[in-house]
Amino acid sequence: MTFLKRGVPLGIAFLMGVLMAFQYYVPHEHSKAFLELMTRWDKIIAGFAVFIGAYSLFHLHYTRIKRRAAGWGYSFFVFVGAFVTIAFGLYNGGEAFWHDKKEGTMFDWIYMNIQVPAGATIFSILAFFMASAAYRTFRARTVESTVLLVAAIIVMLGRVPVGALISQYIPVAADWIMGVPNLAAKRGILLGVSLGAIATSIKIIFGVERQYLGGGD
Amino acid sequence: MRKDRDFWILVGTLALFGAVNISFFLVGRLQVNWEDFGIVLAAGITLTMYSFLYKDNPAFKIAENMYVGVALGYTVIITWFNALKPDLYDPLLVPLFTWERTPEYLLFAPMVLGVFMLMRLSTRLAWLSRWPFAFVVGLGAGITIPNYIHTFVLKQIEPSLRPVFSGGETVYMSINTLLILLGVISVLIYFFFSTEHKGPIGVVSKIGIWFLMVSFGASFGYTVMGRMSLLIGRTMFLLKDWLGVVQ
Repeated sequence: MTFLKRGVPLGIAFLMGVLMAFQYYVPHEHSKAFLELMTRWDKIIAGFAVFIGAYSLFHLHYTRIKRRAAGWGYSFFVFVGAFVTIAFGLYNGGEAFWHDKKEGTMFDWIYMNIQVPAGATIFSILAFFMASAAYRTFRARTVESTVLLVAAIIVMLGRVPVGALISQYIPVAADWIMGVPNLAAKRGILLGVSLGAIATSIKIIFGVERQYLGGGD
Repeated sequence: MRKDRDFWILVGTLALFGAVNISFFLVGRLQVNWEDFGIVLAAGITLTMYSFLYKDNPAFKIAENMYVGVALGYTVIITWFNALKPDLYDPLLVPLFTWERTPEYLLFAPMVLGVFMLMRLSTRLAWLSRWPFAFVVGLGAGITIPNYIHTFVLKQIEPSLRPVFSGGETVYMSINTLLILLGVISVLIYFFFSTEHKGPIGVVSKIGIWFLMVSFGASFGYTVMGRMSLLIGRTMFLLKDWLGVVQ
């Protein structure tokens, strides 16, 4: 049983890791076809994973309602939103879900008039919170924090017309900050992150890193 | 007393919103159709979300929870139409029962692995979900190694090591090339913890911190402006599409 619970998944990870790393260096049509097939399999498995996420969210809100936790009444609206959207998605404008997706259905209407405005508004609210957080935390106490503050102000002013009205050099300075020191730092961070990702991938393939198996046997 | 005031603010706002929309429908500013009803709904959601700037309130919580539900429903349906239907249902399950064409039997493997993933919900068979997880993680690890080496290591080192003078460039461009090389090396040294940051290493590491600070400041400014453009977008929607005061 330990073999099925530990040995097989470690073997699958090793096999898939080695095959996928190897196929990159084999410029043959079979190699490309193999990559396409595996990517398709991955897409299908990820599709099933969405249902685990849905179950998890429903379970969380069902428990909140069952236990009458603080604000439990609002959890009903999660179910209302999800079931109405799923129902119209499955109805598919009268053609049912086993046919190709129809455009301009009630499902698209819900997306355009609920999800898009709600998502955009939530993210735009962050502008207020970021401004208030910056006001409270951005203090030019040290040279480093002053550098950060000045860079942020120049980039913000350089992206709006008022920056050019103050001085024609502000947009140029903003472009220079984005294109030179910002690029250099981002590149350094990216190199470090990439080396870390490669090292972790090697550890996963050879079974040194096993966190993805979860706890237990 | 304060709760009463908040209650009346909520009722008053809802009444005002309702009155404005009814008057728009009566004067013909909005037509009785799904498109204009969508504008009213989107305006209502936008205003409800912004009401959080005053304080947390029931209307915001309802809209927030509804948004979570709709986002989940949308993800489930899009997953069906973009992944499961074209890649599993159409090529395997439909031909299997209709025999109109040969089923793609190979797709049984990811289907079984997908079903195994759902076993995560069972206490006795949860261990079976390790197989699809191992497949996904192994596949990702295998793809990561060559792709990261090519895209993020070699392709990033190449322009960093560009010659400072190779003919044709201005002094300004050469200084920038040199600064980028200095920035990359100093940032990498800052993140190199195997040696104590003292002496020359400490000086270079300090330069790395300066580059990082400029980068963090630039990223902050860039993000703020991105959020501002979203804010302008929502405000324009309210003023132009809903109220019609801006053309």
